[in-house]
Amino acid sequence: MRTTTGERLVDLAVTVFLWGFRILIVAMIVVGTYVTIRNGKYTGEQWTDFVVFGVAQGSIYALIALGYTMVYGILRMINFAHGDIFMTGAFGGYFAATWLNGIGFVDANPFFGLVIPILFAMVVSASIAMLVERIAYRPLRNAPRLVPLISAFGASFFIEYAFRGFFGPGKYAYPTVKALTGSWNIFGIELLKTQVIVIIAALIMMIAMYIVVMYTKVGKAMRAVSENKDTAALMGIDVNSVIVFTFAFGAAMAGAAGVLFALVYRQVDFFMGFTPGVKAFTAAVLGGIGNIPGAMVGGLVLGVFESVGPSLFLEGLGIPRAYQLKDAIAYTMLVMILLFRPQGILGERLSKQKA
Amino acid sequence: MKRFNVLLSLLVLASLVLAACGTTPTEAPATEAPATEAPATEAPATEAPAAYECTDALGCVKIAPGEPVHLAYWGVLSGADGTLGEDSKRGVEIAIDDKGGTLLGHDILLTTEDALCTPDGGATAAAKLAADTSLVGLIGSACSDETVGGIAAITNAGLTTISPSNTRPALTDPNRGPDYAGYLRTAHSDAFQGKAVAEFAYNVLGARKAATIHDGSAYAEALQQVFADNFVALGGEIVAQEAVAKDATDMRPVLTSIAAGAPEFLYYPVFVAAGGFITAQVREIAGLENVALAGSDGIFTPDFLAAAGPNVEGMYLSSPDFSAFPDAYKSFIEKHQAKYGEAPLSIFHAHAYDATNILFAALEQVAVVEADGTVYVPKQALRDAIYATKDFNGITGTLSCSASGDCGAPVIAVYQVVNADPASWNPQDAANPNPKKVYP
Repeated sequence: MRTTTGERLVDLAVTVFLWGFRILIVAMIVVGTYVTIRNGKYTGEQWTDFVVFGVAQGSIYALIALGYTMVYGILRMINFAHGDIFMTGAFGGYFAATWLNGIGFVDANPFFGLVIPILFAMVVSASIAMLVERIAYRPLRNAPRLVPLISAFGASFFIEYAFRGFFGPGKYAYPTVKALTGSWNIFGIELLKTQVIVIIAALIMMIAMYIVVMYTKVGKAMRAVSENKDTAALMGIDVNSVIVFTFAFGAAMAGAAGVLFALVYRQVDFFMGFTPGVKAFTAAVLGGIGNIPGAMVGGLVLGVFESVGPSLFLEGLGIPRAYQLKDAIAYTMLVMILLFRPQGILGERLSKQKA
Repeated sequence: MKRFNVLLSLLVLASLVLAACGTTPTEAPATEAPATEAPATEAPATEAPAAYECTDALGCVKIAPGEPVHLAYWGVLSGADGTLGEDSKRGVEIAIDDKGGTLLGHDILLTTEDALCTPDGGATAAAKLAADTSLVGLIGSACSDETVGGIAAITNAGLTTISPSNTRPALTDPNRGPDYAGYLRTAHSDAFQGKAVAEFAYNVLGARKAATIHDGSAYAEALQQVFADNFVALGGEIVAQEAVAKDATDMRPVLTSIAAGAPEFLYYPVFVAAGGFITAQVREIAGLENVALAGSDGIFTPDFLAAAGPNVEGMYLSSPDFSAFPDAYKSFIEKHQAKYGEAPLSIFHAHAYDATNILFAALEQVAVVEADGTVYVPKQALRDAIYATKDFNGITGTLSCSASGDCGAPVIAVYQVVNADPASWNPQDAANPNPKKVYP
């Protein structure tokens, strides 16, 4: 089929516009950064702080993003209830931590006082995720692509308002752990203890997860199911249990993230999963949906951009109230990265069958 | 397919049940009084001939015998700021109780509409209310944003609403536009509140450098600006005016940015969620370890203490001055304690009580009662009667409504949190108030 001159012109116009848009955004970033740094409002320490805050926030995004990415890799569906699974973990951790704090256990054993709520949260989240999978997704496994997505929205609302019904709309303050207040001096940088703990815990969990997926039998089965469900079943893999395991595993990560989030931000409420859920989904797309290291990279990149971006790019451009535009920066960056790399930072071009 | 249908319906059912558990629908209190009892009205109920001709410019609401007088409260009733609306709604309920649950010989029915403390939530709630032809009057909204979103629909439906807790100055500005014809408030305008906080910071604390944070809401954005203008007029310096998203959780970057200006006084008149995050994180930021913290009536609630944690001790909160309220306020608090078994959750319960009574008085004044008990409420006449309120003896003071809808008696005080435990919250307590009044 030969294209007409008109169509060619339209194509050209679109290409020119897209490139113009890319150049404009890049130019804004460069100019903003240059002016901000020249103004010298912030000290080097404050810049370091910005980056550390961003990495801590990004680690939490990354942990949640893993669940999105794994479920997508296996079922080609976006589990929109995942943010609320994160919330259920935060609640589980809150109740465990409050109870332990009440009996004085946390101050006596800070390490276990941190680990036990995390484990409990992982169990709570994994159980709820398995229930959601059984009730809301499994019956729809062979339905058209949109149906499970709608079901996921339903599950999301259901979890939120179930928790609201049980625990009310108010906020719960996560108990303060004495051992975790204040800061440590690492390599000459003052770092808040909670931030350090969050970053380390998130790293440990991500590495553990990567090892499970790449070097164990279950991981191999997961990768096989992700390649092709039917063939995997013919090879003797129990597809159902692999899918359930994937949900539980991703949910456990989100549950742990919930506790880490509560540790840093001190508030737990029934709606807390929504925004981090959307952000983590963004992070997963940013890194390349379906790609596990991509989810980690995407989360960290998003967190750091959100934290550093307003001061670095926008203040230099003379935009007032830059921090209100934090989310705008995050999503602009998503658009930018997808314009340059449609498959995400680490994503590979999907074959027809996967896409 | 069949199983899927059953499942889906089960899910839907379950979520409905849960939603019902989460919100307690308000019903008019069951009244013992038989409907035949003559209403205690001071206004002469006009005995009109059998067929009343409605000539009102906005039309009339007809209440047949046996039908209730339908009022609605609209405002945030869920989420982090749910207590703000809940508190006002209780004020309305107590005012209805004091009427014996009846007005003009009919039972009073109060319904509620959650407006979520956002402009679009306000627009949705207002659209629902405007479509209800049985409504005679409204109390609300809770947050200024809700009014910004919803007032046009309410005014255009010929309804009038009295807000007990909107404080954004522009809402009762003389040039506020025709959409606001159906809007009045018993709450103070923040033109007074921001000024009081600025005077407290400059004169009492001796602060010379201040910073503000708002959340982009109509309320917070205007209030911090009033504060900043007054603080500069007194001779102080504003080193930063920042904004965060209402649902932001990580305040450290914005606080780090503010710390670069080394403020002595940090004012963030936001709502519970963001206020809690700022308070919990502010002490971790180098340079803000000793900055004085202040908020306003949006976070004057025990929920804020729960959200903020131990850092909240010593923080200043501005609010209407309870000690300036007339003695009648004390008996209101006793009724509140008896009915709900706790101290008020927020600060606008008294303003809601007054707003409801102003509405009742206006209704009694303009309603036309027929021999068979049918009541007609002319909408424009009702609106005019509310605007004409003069020297009304309320429990927040003596109220007179201006032509632009300001009925409030603005007496602002600054309180200091002395105990971070939400259970100890009782600003009205004589012996151990928490928060404690420190200015004026």
